[in-house]
Amino acid sequence: MKIKILVLTIFYLIGSFNLSYAANSEKVDQISKNLRCLICQGQSVYDSQSDFALSMKILIQSKIDEGKNDEQIYDFLKSKYGEWIVYDPEINKNTVLLWVLPLILFVFGSILILRKVSIK
Amino acid sequence: MVKNIKLIAVVFLVIVSFFILLKGLNKTNNYSPNLKSSNIDFNFKAKFLYSNEETTLHELINDKDFSLINIWASWCLPCRDEHPYLLNLNSLGKLNIIGINYKDSEVNAKKFIKELGNPYSKIVVDPSGVNSIELGAYGVPETILINNNSKTILKKYIGPLDDKKLADLKMIIKNEN
Repeated sequence: MKIKILVLTIFYLIGSFNLSYAANSEKVDQISKNLRCLICQGQSVYDSQSDFALSMKILIQSKIDEGKNDEQIYDFLKSKYGEWIVYDPEINKNTVLLWVLPLILFVFGSILILRKVSIK
Repeated sequence: MVKNIKLIAVVFLVIVSFFILLKGLNKTNNYSPNLKSSNIDFNFKAKFLYSNEETTLHELINDKDFSLINIWASWCLPCRDEHPYLLNLNSLGKLNIIGINYKDSEVNAKKFIKELGNPYSKIVVDPSGVNSIELGAYGVPETILINNNSKTILKKYIGPLDDKKLADLKMIIKNEN
């Protein structure tokens, strides 16, 4: 009975260790998918195997180990590499057109459709 | 009336896309962020190439007025090309040139220095590349000029140094003095 419990405990420990490890690397994947690999064309850090991207993944892992949350990691990288590194552009005077243009087109399109419908 | 709106819409869209594309033409592909001095992490820790001691950027940039941080590797061919420029800069005597050995083997790095000469006052190693990322670097070679007194980044060069960049560097140092 004692041996059974011991074996089960060991398995449990191994399992939980693996789980926590897996959870962390999954987190790295998640974050690195949102980061632009600055030296590659059109690839995320997650997709890239360049030296830059590999180091970036190590850095993200170490930041997670330090207990930093996603927001803090993104902010850290933005302060180093600028807004461009994240795939999610903030709204500011340079990107306002990017955000507003689809909205304008949508409104414009619906006006066109409404007009056509009401004329008929 | 409906026809008019269609026409206006098409013309409007063409004009808008024309200007967006025109703006895109002038933009360089090589994106470089505007570095602010606060973005440099002076607590950055690294080991020396020639000893096992650990150091920080604070300790590295203490003497002289300017520091030049150069990220290099023995496997990087452009680094070989820019090495004479570093030796030239070192002979000026005004710069404290610090080498960061990026993702390299110790043996090869030492061989590189033995072969081509050592322009660096100190060399630290960065085997995982994490330190370079903390400095905001892209890869090798990369060179950052720092004013030691004000602790600010004066200039950053991505890619190997050449005649133009060397002249530019000397200009900046002259003007700052």
